[in-house]
Amino acid sequence: MSSPPQSLHRALGLSDDEYRAVTAVLGREPNHLELALYGVMWSEHCSYKSSRLHLRRLPTTGAHVLVGPGENAGVIDAGDGIAVAIRIESHNHPSAIEPYQGAATGVGGILRDVFTMGARPLAVMDPLFFGELRDARQRWLVEGVVSGISGYGNSVGVPTIGGELTFDDCYAGNPLVNVLCVGALPTERLVLGVASGVGNLAVLLGSRTGRDGIGGVSVLASAGFSGDEGALDDAKRPSVQVGDPYEEKRLIEACLELLDRGYVVGIQDLGGAGLVCATSETAARGGVGMDVDVTAVPQREPGMVPYEIMTSESQERMLAIITPENLDAVLEVCERWEVRATVVGHVVEPVTDESGEPVGMLRVRDGFEGEVLAEVPARSLADEAPLYDRPRERPSTLDAVLADDPSDDPIESANEDLLSLLVDPSWVYQQYDSQLFLNTVVGPGRDAALLRLAGPGLPVSTRGVALSTDSNPRWCALDPRLGTALTIYESVANLACVGATAKAVVNCLNFGNPEHPGVMWQLSETIDGVADACDALGLPVIGGNVSLYNESGGNDIDPTPVVGLLGVVEHLVASPPGWNWGDDDDLVLVGVRRAVGERPFPLGGSRWATGRGRRGGRLSEVEVSTLRATLEFVAGEVAAICGGGASDVTAVHDVSGGGLAAALAEMAAVTGVGATVIGLDDVAELFSEFPGRFVVATSDLKALTARATAAGVPLVGLGRCGGSHLAIGTTVRLSVEEIAATRRGALEGALAALS
Amino acid sequence: MTRVAVVVFPGSNCEYDALAGVTSLGAQAELVWHTTKDLAGFDGVILPGGFAHGDYLRPGALARFSPIMDAVARFADEGGAVLGICNGFQVLTEAGLLPGALQKNAGLKFLCRPTALEVTSTDSVLTSRASLGQELVIPINHFSGAYVCDDETFERLQARGQVILRYRENPNGSRGDIAGLANERGNVVGLMPHPERAMSTLLGSADGRVLLESFVGVRERVTS
Repeated sequence: MSSPPQSLHRALGLSDDEYRAVTAVLGREPNHLELALYGVMWSEHCSYKSSRLHLRRLPTTGAHVLVGPGENAGVIDAGDGIAVAIRIESHNHPSAIEPYQGAATGVGGILRDVFTMGARPLAVMDPLFFGELRDARQRWLVEGVVSGISGYGNSVGVPTIGGELTFDDCYAGNPLVNVLCVGALPTERLVLGVASGVGNLAVLLGSRTGRDGIGGVSVLASAGFSGDEGALDDAKRPSVQVGDPYEEKRLIEACLELLDRGYVVGIQDLGGAGLVCATSETAARGGVGMDVDVTAVPQREPGMVPYEIMTSESQERMLAIITPENLDAVLEVCERWEVRATVVGHVVEPVTDESGEPVGMLRVRDGFEGEVLAEVPARSLADEAPLYDRPRERPSTLDAVLADDPSDDPIESANEDLLSLLVDPSWVYQQYDSQLFLNTVVGPGRDAALLRLAGPGLPVSTRGVALSTDSNPRWCALDPRLGTALTIYESVANLACVGATAKAVVNCLNFGNPEHPGVMWQLSETIDGVADACDALGLPVIGGNVSLYNESGGNDIDPTPVVGLLGVVEHLVASPPGWNWGDDDDLVLVGVRRAVGERPFPLGGSRWATGRGRRGGRLSEVEVSTLRATLEFVAGEVAAICGGGASDVTAVHDVSGGGLAAALAEMAAVTGVGATVIGLDDVAELFSEFPGRFVVATSDLKALTARATAAGVPLVGLGRCGGSHLAIGTTVRLSVEEIAATRRGALEGALAALS
Repeated sequence: MTRVAVVVFPGSNCEYDALAGVTSLGAQAELVWHTTKDLAGFDGVILPGGFAHGDYLRPGALARFSPIMDAVARFADEGGAVLGICNGFQVLTEAGLLPGALQKNAGLKFLCRPTALEVTSTDSVLTSRASLGQELVIPINHFSGAYVCDDETFERLQARGQVILRYRENPNGSRGDIAGLANERGNVVGLMPHPERAMSTLLGSADGRVLLESFVGVRERVTS
């Protein structure tokens, strides 16, 4: 075995063992450029080396799944000749260092993943996690991240239709900025990121290549914030990319036109690990080799060396594989859109290795006929990073945490407690264009977003697509497996509120340092939890992202799997009922009222308990067959309304964060009308959180009850709407005005407090 | 049937929405690239929302130099109906086809939300079919929508009835609550709210219809 020269490989993020593995692949010592290529491609961010073994346990197939995990985006057949592409990503560490550009380039990257599939991006959602806002740095992060999403997303012309906003001090040193994008395309136009056809050309489209974002995937995304300085480490700032939404907008239009005209054999975005990633992945998928001329790559500044050109993460670039005959036509389209287009690569024959197998080589050259600067098997970069089964161990402290259950804590000031749970996120989403393309039937701030499935170039359809992003780190900290499964159930419940039937799941698994056995245990358990819920509901996972090393100063974040659920409404011609109940409507709770287990109304992991510093307790299982029947029933009731049918159902909202009391208060605040709810059996029911329960208002209690009974779905009366107050038994009595004002002012007040 | 040109600058993003809005009312509309120099045969021109040329320098500052803008100016001069929506309004002010300018919102934040408007003049190609005092709920979607002008211009706009739409509750610090205005002849109009986003109750409001119906109903050049 060779011994590594100095520790260049370590500076590039490779371990000593990984260095030896590179040497074994090549059968020789790598030169510096080759080492740099492996450094980025074998980073945790690009290779999923700590998680890939576990991700294999996820169900990924279904009759409607056109593309599963591993491509740039997952794609389903949504019917009517329309395919829907969806992808979720994280941009956590860049946003921690430079919130505006970090968040902005996160949006840019996810859009490229989606239009790479031939889909026009139709909407974006942003789940965001920060520390508590009493800390001035957190307020700066919130302002910066939201401005970045707004500044980039609005300008690039893709509506932002929802997301999530979570404040918890476990994110103070390492905020999470996740982004989901959905796009649509005529089913027959689906394209994949494959290079094929020896003699074909690789054309680099878009921005010139600069020194920004070098080492973004390795130095930044695949290491924690270790020192006291944490994310304030200025040395890492140059690894954050800078975005240009105007360039991206023209790039989107040019690429979609190239695809429309059939000029493109394969296409791939340049994101993490830049040109080396795009060239090696397309070559590996096509089983061909690729020669890349680094001198042909348009550069933003003089004096760039090959390793910088190959690994730069400069934004707004795409790599299109085309036949030579189409080159002039491609250049013409690009010129019209003012998009730079340059031939930087040639698809070449694979070579034959010692065992007679064809091996596609990625060759980096100084001129197409010039010196070979690096020559490595494309597959070894793209697919053959070492996989780690890192040690996993259930934290020994967990039993004590589970035993410290807040479910019996007295609820002494229900009114104040309820008010403290109410946050209207409109300060955030009003900064986002949520309406472009005229599809947004239900926008941000409700249970799920609902879009008409329409767009330029799509077949005509009256279908709708619904989207929800959900997470519950409070639950997952207590029980990552059950907490994750419950999160997915809740996300499906959100879709049901807008009449949609869930079709597919994507997930963004945000975790701490995988070298901590406790974190690896959380990750493994979470993946099993995703599989549990997907198996129970018959849902495929069609894509995902794993973000590790979310730690600061040695402290890992709580396990934060974010799930994105994609659902379909078959016939969308009328709005779902929403939260607006009417005077004199009857209120009911649809679904299982009491949790399974010894505690009918658990408070462990609830927002009520964690808000009081009580972070222990146990989660309760849910009974899956009844849950499933409930979800189908509610989705069916709402879908009938969306289809234009008459209904007695006037309002629907699922019980989630903050429990039943928060759900009722949110509906009252939005409607401006109060309600009188009968006394609850147990005061803990006010704030208890577990999925599968819906608050429904109806103008015909008897008819709704009969339908629920026929469907085998539990339903209990809660009370009646009307009046100027929300009263829940004798424990809660608040004026609707106070509820609305408190909710409306909560976020803005917290942000303005000291800034 | 009215023929409407929807101008596309690089960076425009509401062009398909504007096209859908007027075609749903029976107009024949087509997208016209910003390098076009001739608008012959069209009865109306729409400059749609978005970020023409990236809004670099400031919104509309570069778009006014796009080749098509000379044709738009001639078209307007001949009495043709010209509508600037949001970024299109910003372009029209930068091009001098409408007075004043649009500054950053008072709150220094982008705002996307419904606003209640009052029709304050029906003497324009956009409001001819609306009624005076009518309330319309139409969304805004902009960062730079605060209308500003000098005192003399402001007095003149008021006196001549060129203010066609006002906000009921001013969202952005716009002078005189101005949401939309017209030139003296009433054939060139600009507004920050998006009528094409308010064409159907399914999407929240159909109050934009009366405005676009007025616009596509224009058959003749405005001469007076």
